[in-house]
Amino acid sequence: MTALDPAQSARPASLSALMGDGMSDEQGTSLWRGAFERLSRNPAAIIGTLIVLAFVLVAIFAPLLAPYEPAKSQWIDQVTPSDVPGPSPGHPLGLDPFGSDLLTQLIYGARQSLIIGVVSTAIGLLGGALLGGVAGAFGGRVDTFVMRLVDIMLSIPSLLLAVSVAAVMGPRPGAIMIAIAAAQVPVFARLLRGSMLAQRGQDYVLASFSLGLRRRTVVMSHVVPNSLGPVIVQATLTLATAIIEVAALSYLGLGASDPAIAEWGRMLVKAQDRLQTDPQLMLLPGLCIAVTALGFTLFGEALREALDPKSRR
Amino acid sequence: MTETRTDATLTRTGRRGSRGPVNRDEVLLEIKDLRVTFQRRGGPATAAVDGVSFSVKPGEIVGVVGESGSGKSVTSMAVMGLLPQRGSKVTGEVLYRGENLLTMGQRQLADLRGSELAMVFQDPMSSLNPVIPVGLQVTEVLRRHQDISREDARVEAEDLLRRCGIPDPRRRLSEYPHQLSGGMRQRALIAIALACKPALLICDEPTTALDVTIQAQVLELLKELVNDLGTAMVMITHDLGVVAGLCDSVNVMYAGRIVEAAGRRELFAHPRHRYTEGLLNSIPRLDAPRGEPLQPIPGTPRDTIAWSKACAFAPRCLHADDECVVGDLPLVQLGRVNHPVRCVHPAPEEEPHG
Amino acid sequence: MLRFAVRRILLMVPVLFGLSVLLFAWLRALPGDPARALLGEKATPASIAQVNATYGFDQPLLQQYLTYTGRLLHGDFGSSPRTGEPVLGTFLDRFPATVELAVAAMIFAITVGIPVGYFAAKRAGGLLDTIAVSGSLLGVVVPVFVLAYLLKIVFAIGLPGQVFGFSLADLAFLPSSGRQDPRIDATHVTNFYVLDGLLTREWDAAWDALIHLILPAIALGSIPLAIIVRMTRASVIDVLNEDYVRTAAAKGLAPSLITRRHVLRNAMLPVVTVIGLQTGALLSGAVLTESVFAFNGIGSYLFDAISGLDFAVLQGFILFIALVYALVNLVVDLLYGVIDPRLRTK
Repeated sequence: MTALDPAQSARPASLSALMGDGMSDEQGTSLWRGAFERLSRNPAAIIGTLIVLAFVLVAIFAPLLAPYEPAKSQWIDQVTPSDVPGPSPGHPLGLDPFGSDLLTQLIYGARQSLIIGVVSTAIGLLGGALLGGVAGAFGGRVDTFVMRLVDIMLSIPSLLLAVSVAAVMGPRPGAIMIAIAAAQVPVFARLLRGSMLAQRGQDYVLASFSLGLRRRTVVMSHVVPNSLGPVIVQATLTLATAIIEVAALSYLGLGASDPAIAEWGRMLVKAQDRLQTDPQLMLLPGLCIAVTALGFTLFGEALREALDPKSRR
Repeated sequence: MTETRTDATLTRTGRRGSRGPVNRDEVLLEIKDLRVTFQRRGGPATAAVDGVSFSVKPGEIVGVVGESGSGKSVTSMAVMGLLPQRGSKVTGEVLYRGENLLTMGQRQLADLRGSELAMVFQDPMSSLNPVIPVGLQVTEVLRRHQDISREDARVEAEDLLRRCGIPDPRRRLSEYPHQLSGGMRQRALIAIALACKPALLICDEPTTALDVTIQAQVLELLKELVNDLGTAMVMITHDLGVVAGLCDSVNVMYAGRIVEAAGRRELFAHPRHRYTEGLLNSIPRLDAPRGEPLQPIPGTPRDTIAWSKACAFAPRCLHADDECVVGDLPLVQLGRVNHPVRCVHPAPEEEPHG
Repeated sequence: MLRFAVRRILLMVPVLFGLSVLLFAWLRALPGDPARALLGEKATPASIAQVNATYGFDQPLLQQYLTYTGRLLHGDFGSSPRTGEPVLGTFLDRFPATVELAVAAMIFAITVGIPVGYFAAKRAGGLLDTIAVSGSLLGVVVPVFVLAYLLKIVFAIGLPGQVFGFSLADLAFLPSSGRQDPRIDATHVTNFYVLDGLLTREWDAAWDALIHLILPAIALGSIPLAIIVRMTRASVIDVLNEDYVRTAAAKGLAPSLITRRHVLRNAMLPVVTVIGLQTGALLSGAVLTESVFAFNGIGSYLFDAISGLDFAVLQGFILFIALVYALVNLVVDLLYGVIDPRLRTK
């Protein structure tokens, strides 16, 4: 790490030639650059990234990709109580029980999942950041009070918490997002407070204070960047949970209220009566949910590993 | 190494039977051309230990000195067979009483570990199991290697802790590691290591993690116990001060190879390798002229070169020149007896040190 | 240890208090006035007035809260407006079924998860490890009720078609729904059907109840299984790298003793915590699983309550789950104290 002052001047040319560049000094890599390098070497991360990327692209460009308009029920006359038409040239995956094109519904379902996932995670993160930030910043009694509240919320299983919030909200648009977000708030709150407190005791933070840096500078340049990693990881993993939880809420009849919006969870629910005759109706949306959740999980896990100082080098 | 070796066989019972004066001509442990390479998945193989040879006679205290990363700890782990099976490759020979530990079966090696060969580790905080009482951690080694009842093992353990300077040993037996101070934990680890009166004790920086005041006590204790039991000891350290007060002979390691080996007095009086010289110049000495500044060795152990290309110390050496760019410098006797050095420009022999 | 236990139990009090406040607030936040929320669609002016009187919803908020909590403490959770039955009674009737299912799911998850996680860690990067890691990922990302349906159709209903000359329908050898074949005339002492069968020595009944548990337990246990595998694996890998395991090896101890005494005991600490945390997920997962398999526990009861917007039931259910969850975590913490001496003496 130190330059070789005395030796360097005296070092014979043949030796310097042998050593090459950069050998005498340790190259510091930044946390994020190092993380990126480790990610690009991790096959799981690459698969996860590809899935996430594909999912986001499909969601954004759904109108261009889908062969038909969503939820039109144009072919309802072809659907009988005992049979839903399977794949045909016009409909690569067949129809859904409402007489819409299954592929179109799946593609638009990605859009809905992305919206619900991102919005609910954003709300959950915001709420958690607010609670956790307040607790971490004020400390003392405020901290105790807020964290007790978080404990209580955590003592209710997340699905039940989401269910009760959805019940309070009633069938209105956005209810499902808020319900899922509500279940995430305590998780983010605890995480943020925990990492803020951990940062506060770190030697480099104390060192910055002892150098006379202003509080805001220290928080912005040390505390925030270092607590950001775990939060981003958690948010990625939460997106996966959110996408799965939407399906569960739909199954419980608390899903999106507008039947014209294609949504994987509701597609699953509607498929259960036709499980024996048309298992693809459940398998395909189930697969979409699982693969998407898998993508976010792989990506999040890989990110966590890459940001973990223990696994560095 | 050019030690004179006589036949290195001594039966185990013979040693156990009488703990009389040790035969100084025997060789207890002989390491021959030990190489350890680590292979990370996808990465290049790196040699942590690169052809190390030295030997230990019964009752002898041998020091291995070097900076972190010089391969001294890996050497000790290789001797004990404690390196991870996967990702590491060990070649060469480690002869204990003539038997090669490296090719020995796991079971046979396990029989030796703890009874004949023992080890004290660097960090007493993490080297004791936190969820098991200290007593059990002492008695389990006794019961593993000796045919001894639970009660007798407990009595023996109490005695061991007492001899290792732990006050109120009976109470300590039922306590957990977190209830002991760092110094006490290291004493407990020493008690565990010496429980079965091993013939060889390897200490890997046993005092590094301790307070300075405790360090001297622990070293003194080790010296005393090893003396009483007639146990030979390999003391691995980065601290020349530890070597000076304890060891009979010293091996100085740099970048996985021994660069200088000599008796303790000889080494301190006539250091020949420029690295050893640098080490001695970088620590304060009472006999140095007043006001003379300490001279640190420039650079870090990372500023190195493969031994196959040149002297690995050359990048940090004040005396390096083009001649030092020689592949695989040999360890050779330079004038003085039993004092091999691996250096192109060794310190002049007649120059008195200090 | 006793002081640790007492302190831990006392810590539960504020959580339960806070929970009751939260639930009360929730009740007040429900759309419409609370009496209507409790009574649902079929509320008549008379019944609303009656609920208002019993719960004191026309009195000041603090008074309302006290009345509400007082009733809860007396075990009065109200009655379901749909069925007219008291929430608590129905709950207690059905609770054993869910406990039985949850215990079976947990046993499945633990007995499979810990060994798989351990051996995956021992040979990290090996074939078993790769399978275990990918399998546990799948377990987390597949929605519980999708897995439940898949299991049901493959192993209970039967798929058409043949693979390698085997008829796929032959795989369907397990019952598809219910807790016990209704044709079996079993005596029910405790309402834990398997236990009942064993107690009354009606082996057929016990066996039948057991095979009815298999599919729901696997479906419900899939998430805890995945999480236990991952946790055990990570934890064992950590512990194997600990210095004290090296010390144990340096003592020459037998590998089996090192595993038992030095590796597993330490590695189980985080796993025990995760098992406790998963209990909550298990109880809410029961809502989904039970309804797929028509398993008459509190899960399917709650499923009906949610569909029928039966808030009285929902509220009682949440309180119960939270209580059970708190108790389980209390047990976990106490267990933790038994395993980890550092907690006991602090």
